[in-house]
Amino acid sequence: MRVYALLLHVLPAALREEYGAEMTTAFARQLAGARGSTRVWTWLAGLSDVVRTAIHAHADLTWQDLRDTGRTCRRNRGFAAAVVTVSALGVGAATAAFSVADHVLVRPLPFADADRLVKLWQDQSYRGYSRMELSPGNYEDWRRQSHAFASMAAFTTNSVNAMTAAGPLRLDAALVSPNLFETLGVRAALGRTFVSADERDVSTKPVVLSNRLWRTTFGGRPDVLGMAVTLNGEGHVVVGVMPRGFDFPRRDSDVWLPLTFVPDDLGDRSNVYLQAIARLRPGVTLPEARAELNVIAEGLARAFPEANERTGATVIQLRDEVSRQSRLMLIALVGASACVLLIACANLASLLLARAVQRQRELTVRVAMGARPGRLARQLLTESLGLSAIGGSLGVALALVAVPAAAALVPTSLPIAEAPSADLRMLAVAAVATLVTGLGFGLVPAWRLGRGAAGGEFRHGSRVFGSGATERLRASFVVVEVAAAVVLLVTVGLFLRALWRVQDVNPGFHGEGVLTARTALPMPKYEATATREQLYARILADVRALPGVTSAAYTSFLPMVMRGGIWPVLTANSAAPREARMASVRYVTPDYFATLRIPLLGGRDVTLFDTQTSQYVAVVSQSFATAHWPDQDALGQHFSTALQERVVVGVVGDVRVRGLERESEPQVYLPSPQVPDGGIIFYAPKDLVIRTNGAPAALVPAVRAAVNRADPEQPISDVRTLADVVRLETSSRSAQLTVLLAFAAVAILLACLGIHGLLSYVVVARTQEIGVRMAFGATPTRVMALILGRTAALAGMGVAVGLVAAFAVSQSLQFLLAGVSPADGLTFAAAALLALVVALAASVLPVRRAVRVDPLAAIRAE
Amino acid sequence: MPDDQTPESLLPLPPATFHILLAVADEDRHGYAIIQEVAARTAGEVRLSAGTLYRSIQRMVEQDLIGESVARPAPELDDERRRYYGITDFGRAVAGAEVQRLQGLLRIARATGVTPRRV
Repeated sequence: MRVYALLLHVLPAALREEYGAEMTTAFARQLAGARGSTRVWTWLAGLSDVVRTAIHAHADLTWQDLRDTGRTCRRNRGFAAAVVTVSALGVGAATAAFSVADHVLVRPLPFADADRLVKLWQDQSYRGYSRMELSPGNYEDWRRQSHAFASMAAFTTNSVNAMTAAGPLRLDAALVSPNLFETLGVRAALGRTFVSADERDVSTKPVVLSNRLWRTTFGGRPDVLGMAVTLNGEGHVVVGVMPRGFDFPRRDSDVWLPLTFVPDDLGDRSNVYLQAIARLRPGVTLPEARAELNVIAEGLARAFPEANERTGATVIQLRDEVSRQSRLMLIALVGASACVLLIACANLASLLLARAVQRQRELTVRVAMGARPGRLARQLLTESLGLSAIGGSLGVALALVAVPAAAALVPTSLPIAEAPSADLRMLAVAAVATLVTGLGFGLVPAWRLGRGAAGGEFRHGSRVFGSGATERLRASFVVVEVAAAVVLLVTVGLFLRALWRVQDVNPGFHGEGVLTARTALPMPKYEATATREQLYARILADVRALPGVTSAAYTSFLPMVMRGGIWPVLTANSAAPREARMASVRYVTPDYFATLRIPLLGGRDVTLFDTQTSQYVAVVSQSFATAHWPDQDALGQHFSTALQERVVVGVVGDVRVRGLERESEPQVYLPSPQVPDGGIIFYAPKDLVIRTNGAPAALVPAVRAAVNRADPEQPISDVRTLADVVRLETSSRSAQLTVLLAFAAVAILLACLGIHGLLSYVVVARTQEIGVRMAFGATPTRVMALILGRTAALAGMGVAVGLVAAFAVSQSLQFLLAGVSPADGLTFAAAALLALVVALAASVLPVRRAVRVDPLAAIRAE
Repeated sequence: MPDDQTPESLLPLPPATFHILLAVADEDRHGYAIIQEVAARTAGEVRLSAGTLYRSIQRMVEQDLIGESVARPAPELDDERRRYYGITDFGRAVAGAEVQRLQGLLRIARATGVTPRRV
């Protein structure tokens, strides 16, 4: 019977205490009448009866409490609206932030057994590159010699020109080894992916389409299989369409083509451009695979010392292909949302406590009439959970709206969708956040009610929610709110300073007023340098004749768009620093420097007379000149790069090729006519830059027409202004800042509400005291000082706690701060000042109310 | 019980409530006796479990359908741990209203030719 009596604890207390003993007696008598196996059945039936009864009884109570909640909320709409709004903001922020972080950092990639997929890199840490692409030769050797992997596949990305019914089109292509799809464990939605025969038989030229391209350009036609497509002037046959949501290697991949190597590719081990993935063999761990590849890499370093000197292997989970910056930023986002949730909880606890004081009389009467304090506490909890559930639902809606805005924080390097979809995981996060809010603000008054009952305070008619204790508790909530808001303000301030610092970096050129466009030249059509030069000449002549255009030129790559293109440099000066022995090499047409307003510091620009029959020349950047000829004039000096010895004919200013936040290699500019015929075609100029006095966007149709006149089959893509390219450098910082700013705004608003609520409460609770003070001669100024002093004390405490916490938080964010000190005094001071000002602003209304207290009326009320 | 509650507002009664009302209609009974009485009257067809019984009793006391009776049986027959429940006037009115409701239902059934299946 003890077991049965124990089980009765699942029943609501009232039912158990009133009828538990009788239930036990009744069950004992039923049991006494049973024999043998019937006894077992009676036990089972008895136990299930208790559980069933408990479920029904609890449901009855909850339903009753919810109806009460509905009634009281209808009577007190302002309170209900405040609770719902605050919990919606808290839950919405938490759900959105956790969903994005979960999507990027936690959720498995959309492939079978995704935890066995790894990314392989060459490791040249000795020169600062732990993740470098592979050369075809090294990739083939890694693949053949390793045993740790069930399969290994390589890929690289490229762009191809497609001729379609709608005209020429620029497509993002991935060149992949045929087993890539098998390695990922993905099948085509329509048709097939590649087979190993595709690698050997280069005559058929198969192509696999992305689902997006199939639906848009090919109208989703099921008979697309077998269709002929012209890519870069060559016929291809569509053999498959990938399923929706297949985003490998990038979200914008349009087509997949088989990757093939010719013997020359395999021989050149310094030509590193392949990315590799692999699937671990069952039972093989990541460290084992890493160890094996490093042994293989050591062997290759001995066999090919020139290209593979001190080259190891980096093996990481494909899942972890997230930059440290993205990871930290997402953690910061989650931290910020946790701050907002904390503030929301503190705010709600404070609101509910204030309301419990208002309901003091009602609760006392109910206890006097025999209601159990435990039952009342339960009702308060149901009320807070019910309201927070409504707020939580609204929060989910808010999160659904907010998540796409946070998509800028999802790195493109991961083969995942742009934004997390609303699914069970998201709802689970929302449910937990709702529960935290509901319990967070419901538990405090419920707990105080229970404690008051235990102390017999109800019976003695004293106030469980006496103003003093409640005021202290609410004051501590305000301190927490202000502190959390200060942490957010400091973080936002530091990010803002970092953004400004990056924006202040001089890129070395003027992007405003420059339109850029890519005319990717299909090979072998434009393999001959002379053919290309004719095209450049025709296009540039037409473009320069356009109204408003002051200059135009062609270059191999735009700065900040292509960050690589690095060649080794040989000069007579062996004392040049190691980093200067590599240079960022670009072929350009005349006027490139004028168009980008890169200052010409000495000598001359490249000219059309610098051809392959004349002397090979180069224009170098100032840092290049200083590094190699520190005490001499660089003009007339000789050096070798890009397969030729060259003489320096000009010196120009340095450009941030690698972007605003990274140091760049010194730059070398070579005249476009000196690109070897049919050689290094990757470097053949294809990016058009045009400086105009007018609006760059207005030029676009005329530029398209000019290109079309020069070659009707030539597509034009990546049309944008150079200013946009520079802006893109800071766009992820701006996006991050916008999200954090939104969180900080919500936080400060909530903290404001909290302070306002507390002070209003204090003024109402102390109306009589204020009245008495005024009757005894206290001036309104004195009363104002009393309230403001209290605000300042609370806010000051919150600010102090917040600054200490912010200091700890900012240390861990140092990596994201672009050199701004994590203890930046100005930011800390500004955040503290802003929090204090907002706190004082929040006290304006309560102060007004206090100084308008009529002493006579207040005393009479007593 | 709210002042404005009428017997009809509680109809239809849950079967367990109706059975309990009938079991205590003629004399006050304790919990286990109610279980036995209901089982006897329905020839064992309805066996109230302890949970169902006391959850119903709790609600019925709140609704003023039954009350704990002060009168106790003779000391030699009594067990002081037991509590006896008897029907209230309101409970009797509610039971009557339920009977009337069932009679009405029965009339409609007969009028439409629906009669019990003969076994």
